[in-house]
Amino acid sequence: MRFVITYLIGLVFGVGIAISGMANPAKVLNFFDIAGSWDPSLAFVMGGALITTLIGYRLVFGRSAPMFDTRFHLPTGRSIDLRLVGGSAVFGIGWGIAGFCPGGALPALGTGRWEVFAFVGAVIAGILLARFVQSLGAPAAGASA
Amino acid sequence: METDFTPFASLTGGILIGLAATLLMASLGRIMGATGILTGLIRPASADEFKWRAALLAGMVSGPVVVLLLTGQMPAVEVPVSVPMLVVGGMIVGLGVTFGGGCTSGHGVCGMARLSPRSIVATVTFMIFTAVTVFVLRHVVGV
Repeated sequence: MRFVITYLIGLVFGVGIAISGMANPAKVLNFFDIAGSWDPSLAFVMGGALITTLIGYRLVFGRSAPMFDTRFHLPTGRSIDLRLVGGSAVFGIGWGIAGFCPGGALPALGTGRWEVFAFVGAVIAGILLARFVQSLGAPAAGASA
Repeated sequence: METDFTPFASLTGGILIGLAATLLMASLGRIMGATGILTGLIRPASADEFKWRAALLAGMVSGPVVVLLLTGQMPAVEVPVSVPMLVVGGMIVGLGVTFGGGCTSGHGVCGMARLSPRSIVATVTFMIFTAVTVFVLRHVVGV
């Protein structure tokens, strides 16, 4: 039952991404290309998602626990440091080069397009590389959002 | 490559994304973040940590197929960049989201909705860097 519901939630997300245009790099890159072929559509995606989640979370956090767990699993990190800002800057550079972000690409796998698989494969390689670098140096990073 | 301005479809898609994020928090108490989902699938802490993420991913991947069944059209995936850019960009994304602790969905939607200062800083940072990267690549380098 729990996994059926989880699957359906993933489906809602996947349909949302698919019709929003987030799975389409041409549209994503045009959103950022204000000086060129600008397409402001993604502002509506981000705005719609953010406002819905803002209201939704208000309602959900009014309860003491989620339906299928004893507690909410929220990121505990508080520090705004070089790792957060630098990592986010690097992510932005990669997003600007490829046009896919992870949330757009995962549902896009369902289109069966090989370009999406190439991108997601490269993201996985990047994650593994980053984990390896982290394991060499400082203590383990905080939980991913 | 020009793309059509689609405010209605994009807003509807955005609302569905927000609905999914809300439902995931209401049911499993989890953040709807693609980075965390992918990382948890690659290196799961336990079998259960793997299972819910696999179920969620299976649902996500079904999304375009359901859109195809409902509308008769597979959602457009137009890739205006070269394969090396796709792969190099992907690796850079993987590095960045791991150190940054999230991406557009985790920080940009869920974290911002929690008014998390970390997520607000992360989102503003990657939006600026994405825009600058696109500007440099398209209007300075000219790819």
